[in-house]
Amino acid sequence: MDWNFIIFSAVKIAVVIGVVQGMVAYAVLAERKISAWIQDRVGPNRTAPPFVKFIPIVGPFLIRLGIFQPLADGLKFMFKEDFTPAGVRKIYFFLAPAIAVIPAMLTVAVIPFGSTMGAQKMVIADLNVGILYTFGIVSLGVYGIVLAGYAANSKYPFLGGIRSSAQMISYEISMSLSVIPVLLIVGNLNLGQIINWQTQHGWLIIYAPVAFIIFLVASFAETNRLPFDLPEAETELVAGYHTEYGSMKFALFFLGEYSNMIASAAMMVTLFFGGWTLPFWGLDHAAGTLAGGIAHILIFLIKMCAFLVLFIWVRWMFPRFRYDQLMDLGWRRFLPLALVNILVTAIILWMRS
Amino acid sequence: MIVNRKPLTFWERLYLPAILGGFKVTLRHAWRTLFERKIVTMEYPEQKWAVPPDYRGAPYLVKDQEGNTKCVSCQLCEFVCPPKAIKIIPPGPAGQTADRPNAEKMPLEFEINMLRCIFCGFCQEVCPEEAIFLQKDYSFTGTSREEMIYDKEKLLALGGVHGGIQKWKLKLEEAREQESFPVKL
Repeated sequence: MDWNFIIFSAVKIAVVIGVVQGMVAYAVLAERKISAWIQDRVGPNRTAPPFVKFIPIVGPFLIRLGIFQPLADGLKFMFKEDFTPAGVRKIYFFLAPAIAVIPAMLTVAVIPFGSTMGAQKMVIADLNVGILYTFGIVSLGVYGIVLAGYAANSKYPFLGGIRSSAQMISYEISMSLSVIPVLLIVGNLNLGQIINWQTQHGWLIIYAPVAFIIFLVASFAETNRLPFDLPEAETELVAGYHTEYGSMKFALFFLGEYSNMIASAAMMVTLFFGGWTLPFWGLDHAAGTLAGGIAHILIFLIKMCAFLVLFIWVRWMFPRFRYDQLMDLGWRRFLPLALVNILVTAIILWMRS
Repeated sequence: MIVNRKPLTFWERLYLPAILGGFKVTLRHAWRTLFERKIVTMEYPEQKWAVPPDYRGAPYLVKDQEGNTKCVSCQLCEFVCPPKAIKIIPPGPAGQTADRPNAEKMPLEFEINMLRCIFCGFCQEVCPEEAIFLQKDYSFTGTSREEMIYDKEKLLALGGVHGGIQKWKLKLEEAREQESFPVKL
């Protein structure tokens, strides 16, 4: 344990958490803007600090784009009254938002978001069991929601919590099983090694498309996004598990949901789309220069943003699944499909070896 | 009525055509919004909607063409006003006389509380002098409750001149016509 490692890790953790938080803020903005575009509206286009409108050309454009809206949203959440309803179970009520956020943040730790900068690997924790760690942490996320539903002492959050637990359990299994073909093909659990394998053999989406589709759908369910947003279900459950929450505690649930989205997007990029690599312009091996390192990080971020846009886009496209349809899809379609997928992959690998 | 539902085909059960259709529709709308500017939003303070001719907005007092106050402080509107938004102080026996002929008096003070007003139009309906009209203002702002109580000067200034209607002139002309009318026996 040398000081170098501690300092660089601390810096990386700070930067990654900062970037994730910033991305969450702007994912919310993207959500609002994209939904507006899809629904023939304009979206947030007013909020700005007073001096911005005096900047020629760029200023009004940024205001129209709503660039400053997340700042205003954040401020609003900070200064709102932190109201605790009567009859809640206080400890759990306070604990639930934290439990919803922390796992979402922890997931990002194992994801290699770039190759190297100088001598530093661009990953916080280069674990050999990266994927297992991710699944372990992700499944903790449900406790936040269940606790919130339980602690609020109210019908709608309670129903939201119940739905969430059932949904998470059913899709967790399909999700984990869908990744097994990837592991079979690569033969390694380390996410960095998986990316290395993809640089040599091509992206894993080519080898395991079915696994990708199952993983994609399951991650929609895991992050409680439409078409699987049953725990929130505004039209049915008011706001679901966070009905009784307000101000910063509510914002933490939001943060958790969007961090989960970011984590899933990062996972999909890493597992199926070659992580920080591009197969051309010599960007497929660890960078020797600083510019190369930055380019790799940018590639990763762009790929991730593409997935975030997909997450957001899909939300404004589909109606919500009914509860029984959701269960049907999880248990009767995806679980057998994932199992068959594992079997087929194993057989093909066995025949080729 | 029984509607026969056709069993879904294999492709339909895969959800994929529906998903692609969803992508197509949303993409089309986003394209139209972004590049063809087909937006349904009206950005309010900059753009305003055309107020229809019979719109019932804020009630204001009007003047006639000669700039005289039309209100004779009969207090019918005060009486009929359902939310009791109108308050009239008549001039009293020794008070100021009206600034136009054919009127006995005009109000000393006339107040409409715009926070109470429900824009029902009863005052306009009941006014025998056609002195109060619901006009096209629909957006009021103020920093205090007192500011939202509009007094006589403000109401007259906002109401402006109501062209065309001069009830007593009309009556006078009608009377003259009747006088000169050749009566056939």
